Amino acid sequence: MTLETMPLSKAMNAGLRKAMENDPKVILMGEDIGKLGGVFRVTEHLQRDFGEKRVLDTPLAESGIVGTAIGLAMTGFRPVIEIQFDGFVFPAFDQITTQLAKLTNRHEGRLSLPIVIRIPYGGHIGAVEHHQESPEAYFTHTPGLRVVSPSTPNDAYWMIQEAIASNDPVIFMEPKSRYWPKGEVELEASSAPLHASRVVRTGTDVTLVGHGAMVTTLLQAAALAEAEGTSCEVVDVRSLSPVDYEPILDSVRKTGHMVYAQEAQGFTSLGSEIAATVMERAFYALEAPVLRVSGYDTPFPPAKLEGLYLPDADRILEAVDRSLAY
Amino acid sequence: MTGHAGAGTVRDVTSSETELVRVLDQDGRFAPSPAAEQYLPLIEAISDAELEQFYRDMVVIRAIDTQATNLQRQGQLALWPPSRGQEAAQVGSGRAARTQDTIFPSYREHAVTRIRGVDPVDIIKLMRGVSHGGWDPTDPKNGNTRLYTLVLGSQVLHAAGYAMGLSFDGRSGIGDLDRDEAVVVYYGDGASSQGDVHEAMVFAASYQAPVVFFLQNNHWAISVPVTTQSRVPLVQRSAGYGIPSIRVDGNDVLASYAVSRVALDEARSGQGPRAIEAVTYRLGAHTTSDDPTKYRHTDEEDIWALRDPIVRMRTFLEGRGAAASFFDDVDAEGADAAEDLRARTVELGPPPVSRMFDHVYSDPHPLIEEQKAWQAKYEASFEGGQA
Repeated sequence: MTLETMPLSKAMNAGLRKAMENDPKVILMGEDIGKLGGVFRVTEHLQRDFGEKRVLDTPLAESGIVGTAIGLAMTGFRPVIEIQFDGFVFPAFDQITTQLAKLTNRHEGRLSLPIVIRIPYGGHIGAVEHHQESPEAYFTHTPGLRVVSPSTPNDAYWMIQEAIASNDPVIFMEPKSRYWPKGEVELEASSAPLHASRVVRTGTDVTLVGHGAMVTTLLQAAALAEAEGTSCEVVDVRSLSPVDYEPILDSVRKTGHMVYAQEAQGFTSLGSEIAATVMERAFYALEAPVLRVSGYDTPFPPAKLEGLYLPDADRILEAVDRSLAY
Repeated sequence: MTGHAGAGTVRDVTSSETELVRVLDQDGRFAPSPAAEQYLPLIEAISDAELEQFYRDMVVIRAIDTQATNLQRQGQLALWPPSRGQEAAQVGSGRAARTQDTIFPSYREHAVTRIRGVDPVDIIKLMRGVSHGGWDPTDPKNGNTRLYTLVLGSQVLHAAGYAMGLSFDGRSGIGDLDRDEAVVVYYGDGASSQGDVHEAMVFAASYQAPVVFFLQNNHWAISVPVTTQSRVPLVQRSAGYGIPSIRVDGNDVLASYAVSRVALDEARSGQGPRAIEAVTYRLGAHTTSDDPTKYRHTDEEDIWALRDPIVRMRTFLEGRGAAASFFDDVDAEGADAAEDLRARTVELGPPPVSRMFDHVYSDPHPLIEEQKAWQAKYEASFEGGQA
């Protein structure tokens, strides 16, 4: 094992660098990703080391970036796009959902579009409007896209390489509040395939499920619950589309209780979909309905209110208590 | 020529205030406009056989287009967007592209796609509800023709990106006209208002990509006249992005050929993107779902009918001494193509059910596989038993 400790943003950088070294067709596109290295410095020094034809500081036009990436992929490139912030992806929404997601189908399999769209997402950074959103459900709802979200530096390092190797478009949701905390990265071998969910803490009483930055909050809640005598198992979904249900179902069959937590608003959300599926497939194992803890169904509030909007360990524990009280 | 009466005091943006490249006048006489002077050596080098081919292309596609319109009226197609009236712009540019070039059509480029080798029945598949695509752009017989795009303007960005790829890969700008690749993308006056078209011009200009933006200004975006879409001639928009832009009489097949040939060769030789506004007219409806009598005057249609590109070219060829038998042969070829289209259209059955599931993703996908298996099992449950 070769372990190195680094923050998630550096792990992304290392993963991108490795993918670019391994395949000369991998190119990066985005706003300010070259000389500046991206607003989160994820692509720092990559233009210096790979040149301006492989790390493109594009014009400021998201639809243009995705649309030209489609054309580039048609000539054999594997573009990796950085959308600067979650709320800036919507100018590209038509190209993503109407073109990128459907072109393989429209070509009846004669065209693959290996394009990765990286989207830093989520709250907890105290930023202005359009900079703290969680738009993943728009993409999980769209056939033809794959959607993943790493929660640790190690997953970031490996999942970005696996996403680039995928022959399908991948929406790569980066939990931006997790960019800075450090974690160990195993540089030799990946610990899980791209589309696998994973138990990150074992427990016996309640199954806590979530994705992205919320995995950290779930682990905090589990630690607090343990002090009160409740044993929580935590599952990191990792792949938001397709979802790997078996680890979730196995856990629920053991605990009989499940809480899903997400920063996104709850109505027609990923948590809603997973809750419904768990209830369909593990109905007799459940001792309480699957509960969801989500952002409120409002626009993301001004940053001074984000602590009240985003689910925290206390709101998760409130749901744990409700579940156990059934 | 004025636009819709309702346009009021809006300046007519289709007039000749910007220099127009024209070689054949409305009556088919060889009468080059001043802007056409630089293209004359190229036009004079066109062989008699090529001239006849241009005419044949226009007549045959009009026969096919008319047949497809009829097929829709008879319930055989969900939709058909007629190309009637726009044949010269399409044939001129389509014949100007070299073998190695890549074509990004919109959804009305029936003449261009046929010239490149696409079987018109493959377009019918799209319009009959048999396929979302219709042909394989990677099959050499289809002449690097990408699929039709139904959402206006989206393909213009794909074309710009494709051209960027050609440039990055050294497939363009080497200095060999027979090997350097270029891209031509088709869109219309309506699509010219789409943001994607503008972003495509920004990207193409930034990266000096070898792409020719070929705008067919047919004067009508369904019911909205071009005078509403733009206060300036559309050719000025692309010019505003620093892209050398030319305005051509799109009902003049010779002028359309010449400006396209030059623009493509300039683009392929590393000089960056080029733009062409071909001024033409949609003689028919926007699609078979449209009713032009609700928004435009027949006197306007009558004026443009006099500028019919096929009549103009026929007059020109007759003036050069083409035999009556040539025109009869071409008409017969068109009639045969139309009959062939009808026969093969009515035989097109539904696609296999697997088509729904098999190509959503390139790599295996558990949810799709699960649903495909469930659907098969569900349908099988009806066979020989109760539902």
